[in-house]
Amino acid sequence: MSNLLQPHKADWYEASARERIAGLLDPTSFAEFLGPEQRAVSPHLAQFGLTGAFDDGIVVGRGSCGDHEVFVAAQEGQFLGGAFGEVHGAKLVGLLRAARAGAGRGGPRAVLLLLDTGGVRLQEANAGELAISEIIRAIIDVRTAGVPVLALVGGRAGAFGGGGIITACCSRIVVSEHARVSVSGPEVIETNKGVEEFDARDRALVWRVCGARTRYLTGGADRYVKGSIEDFREAATSLISHAPTFELSTLKAEQQRLTERLQHFGDCRDAPEIWRKAGLTQPDRITDITDDAFLAIQRPKGADHDAR
Amino acid sequence: MTLDEILASLFPSSHRVERGSSGTVHGTAKVEGQGDVTVVGIVEGTPLGIDGAILLAGHVLAAVEAGGRAPIIVLVDTSSQNMARRDELMGLNEYLAHLAKSLALAAQHGHPTVSVLFGHAAAGAFIATALSSESLVALPGAEPSVMDLPSISRVTKLPLDQLKELAKSTPIFAPGVEPLFATGAVAETWSVNEPFAQRLAALLRQPVATSDQRDRIGFERKGRLLAQKVAERVAIEAAAHV
Amino acid sequence: MEQFHVHGTTKRRAGGHRHQAITGVNVSGNLEILVERALPDNECLVEVKTAVTGFRPIWEAVVQEFFVRSSPGGLRFSINDGGARPDTVTLRLMQSVQLMENER
Repeated sequence: MSNLLQPHKADWYEASARERIAGLLDPTSFAEFLGPEQRAVSPHLAQFGLTGAFDDGIVVGRGSCGDHEVFVAAQEGQFLGGAFGEVHGAKLVGLLRAARAGAGRGGPRAVLLLLDTGGVRLQEANAGELAISEIIRAIIDVRTAGVPVLALVGGRAGAFGGGGIITACCSRIVVSEHARVSVSGPEVIETNKGVEEFDARDRALVWRVCGARTRYLTGGADRYVKGSIEDFREAATSLISHAPTFELSTLKAEQQRLTERLQHFGDCRDAPEIWRKAGLTQPDRITDITDDAFLAIQRPKGADHDAR
Repeated sequence: MTLDEILASLFPSSHRVERGSSGTVHGTAKVEGQGDVTVVGIVEGTPLGIDGAILLAGHVLAAVEAGGRAPIIVLVDTSSQNMARRDELMGLNEYLAHLAKSLALAAQHGHPTVSVLFGHAAAGAFIATALSSESLVALPGAEPSVMDLPSISRVTKLPLDQLKELAKSTPIFAPGVEPLFATGAVAETWSVNEPFAQRLAALLRQPVATSDQRDRIGFERKGRLLAQKVAERVAIEAAAHV
Repeated sequence: MEQFHVHGTTKRRAGGHRHQAITGVNVSGNLEILVERALPDNECLVEVKTAVTGFRPIWEAVVQEFFVRSSPGGLRFSINDGGARPDTVTLRLMQSVQLMENER
């Protein structure tokens, strides 16, 4: 609990879900919904010999973040890999629907999703998958009502599977170096397609393919931050006022940028090839350089966009 | 049932649905009482990857741009998302999300969206297609899943036999139409003896729900006993803070 | 999976005014503790849920020693255990009392 005195200075990666919220929001402003004392736990884990969590691995509530009243949801990536179960998913669905209902009438200015998830909790596979779909629909509804939804990714579990898809449904995406955002996990690709296709034990490869720096440079994330909770807070507060609206013109622009990405880079086998084609200097060193050096790079054309 | 049989049964009066690249199909068809509907799909067990997803999304967005309120029928016989380095490197999550968003946009613009599942659909492919339409219909041969039981067994370390036994008493994790009907994902199941065209026409005549009803349906069908209540409790507490 | 509780009596009520606190995570080697000011001043209780069976006597010894050391009168501790070692259990229990005794 070394973060107690200066919660916002703490490292995002090392922090628990509750510690991230404590550092992200203004001190003492957080009010939790359906807190752990209400013991809304999963009824499905005991039959698998698993104990649970009093909040089923996700903390939801509201608070203030600088000038903004926000709703916040933080997944505990260490509990069952931050995976979506019935109760876990429903808490986030409820939060998003409440944000939609309150839009323009005392509701939040934005919703911050602190995603840290391996995807669906297999013990509750159907409920988890459905929750993910309900969350996607609810995110779209909230965005349509004029309330931006921001994805903040930088924890142990990353944003995998349905979590990766949810990330890309958000208005804006903030990542730090630790983040991986992907659909299939590297092990699953290796099991299905062989080690030549993807050596899941090659950590450097994993981060070149799914990691934050690649996402940021290709336009798969909007902000890359260094790893403190304060860095995420700064990025989130500034992005709240620069979020794209959910409408046809936005999706048409997204159709264009995603098509162009394939046209320019679709035959690349690895990230350095992309950087070479994009004209970045020292393409082979991108993953090795410091955060400061990385942040000094000018992103390739098209990576900075409002088409999400 | 083959794709051609499905098309003939869904659209007996006429259809102009053609195969595109990456396992996609696209075109228009006539449905009684609806005039022309837009048809898109991913078929023949083709995994859904970046190429298929961007094609499908393009067709959906074109239908939105064309205006009107013609229904969009999504034919689904895929597998999982395409498991390949190239797809993940390019940002498969964005392509699948883009397709999901495009279908949601179409519904917002007044196009009823119906997925017709007649083959496999799993994981990310399931989310981006069948689960992204307002209604999901399962035909004979439909095999929706999050993951197959042997893989669930490997990951959860529970023996396969035990899992199969557990699956008899709860629909919360097992693959198949029945559990996904019980949990609220599948709206209707159509059997071989029924005229699909008429079922589709009837479905499209129903008023479209203004909000996501799947958790409520999951509760009524006893497949998901907590989801709706938990979402409601959070919403109530959130409203109290305004 | 095992579920049991350990009850104790103390001479002292745990200080502070907080009604509840939560600490830790249910993951391998760690545990989650929800503590609530829910009992009479001279009673304390630890409810344990653990997937690691056969260690009840050790839990009871660790918890009773904690009761003597910290005198957490009035507090109920509910634990989801991920297989934490006894010293981790003691540390987290003491942390949770600290959270309750600190001003908010």
